Amino acid sequence: MRTDREIEIIDTPDERPRPKKPKKKKSTNRLILNTTIAFTVLFMGMLAYFVHFEYSDADEVINSTYNKRQDILAQSVIRGDIKAANGEVLATTNVNGDGSETRTYPYGRLFSHVVGYTSNGKSGIELFYNFKLLTSNSGLFELMYNDLTGNKDKGDNVVTTLNVSVQQAASSALGGNDGAIIAIDPDTGKIIAMVSQPDFDPNSIESDWDYIVSQDGNTSLLNRATNGLYPPGSTFKVFTLLEYMHEHPSDYANYMFECNGSLTVGDSSIKCYNGNVHGTESLMDSFAYSCNSSFSNIGLSLNLSNFRKMCEGLLFNSKLPYDMTYSKSSFELNSSSDTFETMQTVIGQGKTQVSPLHLAMIASAIANDGTLMKPYLVDHIENYENKNVKQYKPEKYKELLSKEDSKHLSEYMKAVVDYGTGKRLASDAYTAYGKTGTAQFDSSENSHSLFMGYADNGSKKLAICVVMEEMPAGSTWAVPAAKTVFDTYFSH
Amino acid sequence: MAELLTSMAKYAFIILIVFYTYFSFAALRGKNQNGHRAALELQGMIMFLIHLIAYALIFINTKDTNVLMLYAAQVGYFIITKSVFRICYGKKFSRPLLNNMCMLLSISFIIIARLSYDKALKQFVIVAAVTFICFFIPLFIKILKNLPYLTWVYCIAGIIMLGVVLVMGRITYGAKISINLGFFAFQPSEFVKILYVLFLASFLSKSQSFKRIVISAVFAGLHVIILVFSSDLGSALIFFIVYVFMVYVATGQARWLGAGAAGGTLASLIAYKLFSHVRIRVLAYRDPWSVIDNEGYQVAQSLFAIGTGSWLGMGMYKGLPESIPVVTQDFIFSSIAEEFGGFFAISLILICLSTFLTFIKIAMAHQSMFYKLTGLGMGMTYAVQTVLTIGGAIKFIPSTGVTLPLVSYGGSSVLCTLITFAIIQGISVSTTDTLPEKEDDDDEDR
Repeated sequence: MRTDREIEIIDTPDERPRPKKPKKKKSTNRLILNTTIAFTVLFMGMLAYFVHFEYSDADEVINSTYNKRQDILAQSVIRGDIKAANGEVLATTNVNGDGSETRTYPYGRLFSHVVGYTSNGKSGIELFYNFKLLTSNSGLFELMYNDLTGNKDKGDNVVTTLNVSVQQAASSALGGNDGAIIAIDPDTGKIIAMVSQPDFDPNSIESDWDYIVSQDGNTSLLNRATNGLYPPGSTFKVFTLLEYMHEHPSDYANYMFECNGSLTVGDSSIKCYNGNVHGTESLMDSFAYSCNSSFSNIGLSLNLSNFRKMCEGLLFNSKLPYDMTYSKSSFELNSSSDTFETMQTVIGQGKTQVSPLHLAMIASAIANDGTLMKPYLVDHIENYENKNVKQYKPEKYKELLSKEDSKHLSEYMKAVVDYGTGKRLASDAYTAYGKTGTAQFDSSENSHSLFMGYADNGSKKLAICVVMEEMPAGSTWAVPAAKTVFDTYFSH
Repeated sequence: MAELLTSMAKYAFIILIVFYTYFSFAALRGKNQNGHRAALELQGMIMFLIHLIAYALIFINTKDTNVLMLYAAQVGYFIITKSVFRICYGKKFSRPLLNNMCMLLSISFIIIARLSYDKALKQFVIVAAVTFICFFIPLFIKILKNLPYLTWVYCIAGIIMLGVVLVMGRITYGAKISINLGFFAFQPSEFVKILYVLFLASFLSKSQSFKRIVISAVFAGLHVIILVFSSDLGSALIFFIVYVFMVYVATGQARWLGAGAAGGTLASLIAYKLFSHVRIRVLAYRDPWSVIDNEGYQVAQSLFAIGTGSWLGMGMYKGLPESIPVVTQDFIFSSIAEEFGGFFAISLILICLSTFLTFIKIAMAHQSMFYKLTGLGMGMTYAVQTVLTIGGAIKFIPSTGVTLPLVSYGGSSVLCTLITFAIIQGISVSTTDTLPEKEDDDDEDR
């Protein structure tokens, strides 16, 4: 009597005529072999994944602030340089006679926040590209030679997108006032300049540290460009305007308003800046003159839940596409907000908080037909012999606005420069677009001066956000500062 | 001086292990063991050399004279183990397999001693004691002719052991279940892996009718379900895969693989829905960086270690393996990759592969269906466990919390793996002596 197994095995195809017993053995071994091949393929897949990880992903992965191995690497690698886009050295490590190392910053305070520091912790590029600076791509044999001879490897250099002259212009434009300027190339997302004041001297941070942290209210370590949160003031009218355009797609241009210097609804009242009376004005006039009364009027007509949805789509209450530290902007208005809060919020007062980085991103998106390119600071990594080892490419984040929206907003922002609060930006070298803002930050009359916008000379563009703290008016302070930066950028 | 030694040792380890790995594949080719005698001798020397250099570095870095004692004891262990097998089992035992076992143990002794002397000592004592028992296992296999017929003994013993754990086990890391035996926490699920393979081999080698496949599915499923209820999903997965392929080989029908794949997918989806710790592992696998403070912490630390170590490694005592959670067990591979480098780690993966292939080669050479299936089942258990551990550590797959056989710290794991290796040696030793298996229908349902 035959067992089931034998029946089964005879059924398996095997053309070669053979005696029964060896055939049975071969058949089982064949199946074992198939199974073994499957498992071997699995091993090989895992091996390939491991090689791929070591070869191409590892560099990115270990460059995390959560990786605790920097001190270990620093023992065997001389930290690489940080450079500006044109090769100027922003940070370098000098090896002293006794083998000790000093990190020096040739431009002193100019790049203090964006480049950062390396003693008492790390910040800026020094923090986020720490592992890149402590990784050496000198070539395997040189690395092995150094390893065996006890010499330190030379770390890779981080080459940024920053432009020294634009950075200098931005710094001098702030003129020693507290505030921040951030300038982005809208076509690529490259950050061209990032200044925050008050600043610090990274060369002497070690000895200044105790003094800085002991002082109550000393915020010189804070990078205001990315981590400062401000009431947006009238720059927020860009958002209010856009929502109004969305709700009145065909007839927003027909809007007319009679401004008599203030608007009172119930017991809530909004005044125009300096008590100005703008008279009869269109929507474009209201925007160009930054008329609070008219915009409060517009704001009260808006569908607040749609407005909130739109603002959140424009990166309020959400993460920003930016790799280093930043503060999230907040927008509190919702469908249950009362009249006063609505009137305040739509002109950029109220509880809204925004970072200069965020406003610059919006300006950048408007300048680039609505598409936001992810802002970035590092163009490439090179080894110590200036051989490129990793190139960072422009990355599209999202179409924040439709092409039409960005075109309409640009028209209105151009009116601001043509005949409104941004007239000082008029230039032969470029066309500027923008919105000014004067943001009250407490119940007294103290206010910040803001500008967000961009300029275009036909071949290149620059988006910008300027915040100057405790300065009276956007038009008189932030606008000239933006002009200084634009002039420098477009003169190259 | 210590710096220079560390650097030189780093390169020496890589060169030595690459040669070792080459020899382990060379030994797999061809039937004639004598042709590879030189390669096998060299393998043994390489193992001793790596062990010596590593312990010298451990001593230099720790200045602990106990390390020297441990080193001497381990050298003694290797010499005795190799000699006993050679003297007692003559030509028929598998030298390549014994070499790989010693090499993997040697790597284990080194990395665990580098991480913790106390653990290294404890692990070594267990290994030595278990190995002594293992000397007799090939003999038992050779003389005990009724091993293929103890079907229900294997099955019921296995299910009882798993059941006991389910009832009175204690939970560690959300999954692993163990019974505290004082000296070490014994994990019965490790031992049941052996009983389970023996049960399936015994049951499936007799007849492969549809009815019997269904019965086998019921009992294999019972094992898996108990493991699932014990939250030991890594073991459940191993049991499941082993079952599917053993049925495939026993029946010769690829449709069982299809059914297994479909059932496995369904079961994974249900497990994902049902168990929060499965979802956590999957989340940590898909994007550890977004949850790096919590769920992704382990995998992220593991990848930092492997990535920072890069191809050449940081060198012994130059890395930061302490920063990886459960480094001596689930993530032992990461600490090896960090300090010994990517080339060494690749060699280690290949040694594991060659060990698996040696298992299979021995299984295929045996004439009885029972031992073929036993060898295959144990080989697959070994292979899946290796892939789950290393794959989890490098984020090839979600981490499942299993250990790397012979290398990871842990008494139960090393105990059961050593017994497995001894059983395979037993199969090797009994290959030519055993008469062709009798086809006896009366034994079927015992």
